[in-house]
Amino acid sequence: MSSSWIPETENGRAMDQSLSLYIHFPFCVRKCRYCDFLSGPADSAAREAYLGALEREISLVPEFIAKRPVRTLFFGGGTPSLMEEDQLAFLMEALEDRFSLEEGAEISMEVNPGTADLEKLRGFRKLGVNRLSIGVQSFHDGELALLGRIHRGEDALRIFKEARRAGFDNLNLDLMSALPGQSPESWQGNLEIACGLGPEHISAYSLIIEEGTPFASMDLPPLPDEEEDRRMYHETGEILLSHGYERYEISNYAREGFACRHNCVYWTCRDYLGLGLGASSLIGESRFDCVRSMKDYLAARRWEDFHPEKILLTSEDRMEEFMFLGLRMTEGIRLAEFEERFGVSFEKIYGKISGKHLEEGLLAEEKGRLFLTERGLDIANYVMSDYILDR
Amino acid sequence: MTDRNQECIRNFCIVAHIDHGKSTLADRMIEKTGLLTSREMQDQVLDNMDLERERGITIKSQAVRLIYKARNGKEYTFNLIDTPGHVDFNYEVNRSLAACDGAILVVDATQGIQAQTLANVYLALEQDLDVFPVINKIDLPSAMPDAVRTEIEDVIGIEAEDAPLISAKQGIGIEDVLEAVVEKIPAPDGDPEAPLKALIFDSLYDSYKGVIVFVRLRDGVIRRGSRVRMMATGAVVEVVEVGYFGPGQFIPCEELSAGMVGYFTASIKNIRDARVGDTVTEDERPCSEPLPGYKSPQPMVYCGLYPADSARYPDLRDALEKLQLNDASLFFEPETSLALGFGFRCGFLGLLHMEVILQRLEREYDLDLISTSPGVVYKVYKTDGTMIELTNPSNLPDVTLIEHMEEPIVSAEIMVTTEFIGPIMQLCQERRGVYISTEYIEQTRAVLHYDLPLNEIIYDFFDALKSRSRGYASFDYELKGYETSRLVRMDILVNKEPVDALSFIVHADGAYERGRRMCERLKDEIPRQLFDVPIQAAVGGRIIARETIRQLRKDVLAKCYGGDISRKKKLLEKQKEGKRRMQVVGNVEIPKEAFMNVLKLDSGN
Repeated sequence: MSSSWIPETENGRAMDQSLSLYIHFPFCVRKCRYCDFLSGPADSAAREAYLGALEREISLVPEFIAKRPVRTLFFGGGTPSLMEEDQLAFLMEALEDRFSLEEGAEISMEVNPGTADLEKLRGFRKLGVNRLSIGVQSFHDGELALLGRIHRGEDALRIFKEARRAGFDNLNLDLMSALPGQSPESWQGNLEIACGLGPEHISAYSLIIEEGTPFASMDLPPLPDEEEDRRMYHETGEILLSHGYERYEISNYAREGFACRHNCVYWTCRDYLGLGLGASSLIGESRFDCVRSMKDYLAARRWEDFHPEKILLTSEDRMEEFMFLGLRMTEGIRLAEFEERFGVSFEKIYGKISGKHLEEGLLAEEKGRLFLTERGLDIANYVMSDYILDR
Repeated sequence: MTDRNQECIRNFCIVAHIDHGKSTLADRMIEKTGLLTSREMQDQVLDNMDLERERGITIKSQAVRLIYKARNGKEYTFNLIDTPGHVDFNYEVNRSLAACDGAILVVDATQGIQAQTLANVYLALEQDLDVFPVINKIDLPSAMPDAVRTEIEDVIGIEAEDAPLISAKQGIGIEDVLEAVVEKIPAPDGDPEAPLKALIFDSLYDSYKGVIVFVRLRDGVIRRGSRVRMMATGAVVEVVEVGYFGPGQFIPCEELSAGMVGYFTASIKNIRDARVGDTVTEDERPCSEPLPGYKSPQPMVYCGLYPADSARYPDLRDALEKLQLNDASLFFEPETSLALGFGFRCGFLGLLHMEVILQRLEREYDLDLISTSPGVVYKVYKTDGTMIELTNPSNLPDVTLIEHMEEPIVSAEIMVTTEFIGPIMQLCQERRGVYISTEYIEQTRAVLHYDLPLNEIIYDFFDALKSRSRGYASFDYELKGYETSRLVRMDILVNKEPVDALSFIVHADGAYERGRRMCERLKDEIPRQLFDVPIQAAVGGRIIARETIRQLRKDVLAKCYGGDISRKKKLLEKQKEGKRRMQVVGNVEIPKEAFMNVLKLDSGN
């Protein structure tokens, strides 16, 4: 490790904090039609080579980062549940060699219902994974086929039950609304089935058609218009609340005490280290991404080969991110925390614009916290973009 | 250079229809006279503004001095004065011509005489210049030099029998042109011993030297230390430097004498002290009367100009002042708009002139501008017997106080091949044109004479003309006078508030159509707000068209995790940047581009 790479920290403060780890597994069985993640299918040799490189990257993590206790660990993708048990064991061993996991750390893994069975889930559980995020998207086979998913509705039901049997007591179901041609009834049906299963957490996203994905250029059944989309969104909140799931972020709902601790790290701008192809990190005032080319990733030998660039965030950058990420959460931001973090009065930086949105009813303030109202959530970007500062 | 031998001086310009090859010919002449090596040659030496190169037209008149050793063995000094070719710039053509004794007329061998060929030739003949033709582009397969020669003789009535046949592009026949200059353009006359009498035909502001005054000396001598007086303004200054025009540079010399073209500087800081068209004489020994100057032309097209960033108002003022120094035809005065803040009402010779000024302000002065709908000068006769000249629609008096209104009418000449006469006549009809006559130049070409309201041609008439004639029609016009017309002011209301910058005067018959179009276009240009926003067009308080912008329902990113943050932040930055460019009218945020876009689109085909 070259000493010039060491990220700046605020008076060493970042070093005292615990850390979140994200591990990227960029392989899947088949690319879904809406997916714009850095992922794709590959043979088992390619996967093995990748895991070898990942182990190398893990071993190279600078000491000042590696020594921080890890509070949350998240295996994302791609489809990390494609990993065999021994592959995960290999990774966990590499991680435990380099890092120390806190007692009670949240260890999550994304699971595609078409890629795991009871035995595999038991193995994952044994290796320490204690939370699964199951990519259900829909229980409706027609909708799943349109999305290009590799599984059917019944696979999701099966995997959920198997996860319970394997000992997982913290499960998330990912669902997707506003699909082309999706009726409000179909969406409500999906929600009801999900609630009937009784997971601890539900993520419900409106489909976003990203540029460059097959969806962007396909002839699709009509998408719900904005009015319908918003109606579905509001109904989602009501239905889930009636089953005991409270919205805590724009698209995330949980039973009390089950908000995803890992994802909250992103929204509260605390430090996270992303390992694996293209993974992003925020350490202190530095943001850096791992290389995005598989060839470069496999060829990397030094820490700085994996992370050739880093961006030093200015305090303005961090104020902006604190605001627009914090406002994603229904509890919003703590005004006092802004001043603790940045040593400057919130009023001075954002008083005027916040006042405007409070007046328009897009923001509310309670108990020292500033948060988006229901109407504000619908047009969050409109509000958040005002927290981008003039330079 | 103190050779006072007038015999060996030739002051001339080149006139042509646009794209007939004037600038290329000028370049070749500069090359052939050996002042520049080929390496030094920029593609088009005389056109040194980027803008001109892009548009292929020459805007500012400039001059260059060439030394030519003729076949007769004598060395001649040529002063080649460049002139603009577009109808909007007739005034500048005029002042350039005033510095010359003759003109080369360039005619394209493939196109023959075009509308601006005629316009420019007539301007030159009016100034008593000797004009000789050259036929260019003879290298092209479609060249018809003989037919063009006949056309020149028949239509213009000047001798074309021995007109040089050239290709400026290929460098063919350039020597012949240079020899023709020596033979056919008269040497200047004038008395070097008489009191100084010099015409200011152009000027340029230089931050070190002050105003650089371009002069053509009729009589007398001017040198460093001369005390000279500007006859119209009365300003008296001491000359610091005199010189002539090298290609793209000023070259100081000892003196300039009768018949010569050159420049002087005199630490003149106030641009108004050296007015183009004024006569310079000696302070001690003034000439008895000034040269016949030429009046500043009246601006024909007006619009409001506002800085997108209101903090840059002073910069806009400075920039306009600087441009005005080199362009006396540019008019401006401060005005205020509720929608756009502080700005200027600016007057231009025509729409091209306006576009050129706008682009120069944006490029050379790095200003981000919003312009309001261009309009013409209307005469408003009030019931109390007074008349106002209306340049800003916002100032239109209440209808009850108006007796009648008049609008400017131009006489237009449209030269067109016969197959397109139908479509062009239809276009003129649509633009409220009054047909006057058709004149056949030859079997396949004709000149259509129409009277057209100026406000019908200032938007996009030229483009429409080109598109309906597959590029073959050419067009020229001059102001004919004012005629009574049924005119109304159209107001555009956004969220029930009139937006003054979008008001315009329109003929009553076309009001509904334009109002409807404006509303439709604004609907597309104004982003959705937190509430429904009605867009209305009104004439005299009566709503004639309406659209509604539905409120913003959804604007949210469903997902944002660690890997998404930089990308999502860029989206928010872009959104914020958009907001910065918004102008709040009433309580509606309107992007500044919307003003421009709506007005541009308003021209409608």
